[in-house]
Amino acid sequence: MYRIPILQMGQTLLVTIQVDMEDQMALALQDDLANKISTSGAKGVLIDISALEIVDSFVGRMLAGISGISRILDATTVVVGMQPAVAITLVELGLSLQGVRTALNVERGMELLAQSGKESELVVHR
Amino acid sequence: MSSTVETLQGTLPVRTEEDIVASRQKVRALTQQLKFSLVDQTKMITAASELSRNTVVHGGGGQMRWEVLEQGLKRGLRLHFEDTGPGIPDVQLALTDGWTSGGGMGLGLPGSKRLVHEFDLQSTPGRGTQVSITRWK
Amino acid sequence: MTQQSQAVLGLLAQHEEQIVSEWLQEAGAASSRLTDAQRRTMQGEATEIVRTARAALEAGADPEDFRAAPWAPLREVLEGLSRSRAAQGQSAGDTSVFVLAFKRPMFLALQRNLADPKAQLEGVWTLSLLVDRMAQWTVTTYQETREDIIQRQQQDLLELSTPVIKLWEGVLAVPMIGTLDSSRTQMVMETLLEKIVETGSTLAIIDITGVPTVDTLVAQHLLKTVSAIRLMGAECVISGIRPQIAQTIVHLGIDLEGIASKATLADALSLALRQRGYVITRTA
Repeated sequence: MYRIPILQMGQTLLVTIQVDMEDQMALALQDDLANKISTSGAKGVLIDISALEIVDSFVGRMLAGISGISRILDATTVVVGMQPAVAITLVELGLSLQGVRTALNVERGMELLAQSGKESELVVHR
Repeated sequence: MSSTVETLQGTLPVRTEEDIVASRQKVRALTQQLKFSLVDQTKMITAASELSRNTVVHGGGGQMRWEVLEQGLKRGLRLHFEDTGPGIPDVQLALTDGWTSGGGMGLGLPGSKRLVHEFDLQSTPGRGTQVSITRWK
Repeated sequence: MTQQSQAVLGLLAQHEEQIVSEWLQEAGAASSRLTDAQRRTMQGEATEIVRTARAALEAGADPEDFRAAPWAPLREVLEGLSRSRAAQGQSAGDTSVFVLAFKRPMFLALQRNLADPKAQLEGVWTLSLLVDRMAQWTVTTYQETREDIIQRQQQDLLELSTPVIKLWEGVLAVPMIGTLDSSRTQMVMETLLEKIVETGSTLAIIDITGVPTVDTLVAQHLLKTVSAIRLMGAECVISGIRPQIAQTIVHLGIDLEGIASKATLADALSLALRQRGYVITRTA
């Protein structure tokens, strides 16, 4: 089965979903990301869904899942590029994607990750 | 009306995960042929995806039957998701919203219902389930 | 081909020019209200009609069955005529009057060239039938064209009445005016979301100063719009909520779920600018 590739750019993992995913593929992605965050120590995950014309409840739950998992592993996930028709449909479906951070595009997503990176820095004074 | 749609009805097996993807692609092709707006296409395909998944996961596999409808100048698409699985014991509960509250049955039925113009659910425990959805152009 | 059609065909073939010029006279081409260009157009139309009618009759077409294939070229000419008149805003009556004016010169031609009264009568019948069909065809096409135009105008009106305006870099505003209904709100939502992606704006301000009442349905639509905007990664503020509407919202028990609202569009813009780190100073 085709596994969606995860690119690493410094402290950020980048995923671009361009295929109409089978459920297994989505689950595999969630798995792979969890592992990769752990092994790479990445602080940010950027998931580009600008090519996705359909986001149903399964994919929605996968995105929410990755968000939650990354948070626990001390990383932030941002989902970028949601198409208007997809947003309208998700709202109608009633999927709130609570807890999933989103941005309009990769550029803004990276800005968001940089910001949250600074926020979560522990400053230790002596 | 001079445009013709390839076939006015047909069926597609919905038994495996690959079939769920295939059903999405088929509904996309049909809604495009019917010249649905992009948002309407998205709603119909998403609803089909939800219901296909239910058929595979909860219904033990079944089929998707589609028909192109013509009512005077109105054109529409009706999809039937049919299985001979265990059926839904509590239809009322199944139609209750419960994404976050944990209520409902997580079958995505209330959500799918909101995506279409007409929604019909028939289910007999032990015999099977049939969900029909319709969107008009 | 029937004898009568033969007779009509014969007339068209031999006296085309005379028939066309008498037709134009009958149709008021001599009127001083017409420009030269319009007169030339009318002449062209008349000639085309005569030619295609002739061709159809030569092919043995029966006026009774106007939808038959040989009449297609004539039908197309009539449709063209009708569409251009409809687009110019002329009435259905004017359009069919032009076509019906074809009868008189033809009757005159029949009279002049057919000696036998019985043949004349039958010729008149065939001709009448044909011209009536032609006039009917123009009227039908005219109506369809007008309906198309009306629909397009309605669409334009819908779009114009809720423009999406770029207020500032990254800030869009939608002034909603008039009663909000389901289809209108949906259209605004779709347009707004697309513009957000196009312009990369991170804030959309929906101003409802011009909205007289808000009911549960409208409030739900607004909420859905805000949710969709947030899902995409932008923010939305509603401004211009009048006191009466605020009361209605509370009264209806609608929970605006943490939607930021500002009294005026100006306030919303001011907040947006401050959040983006702008400081506005005034010189002198």
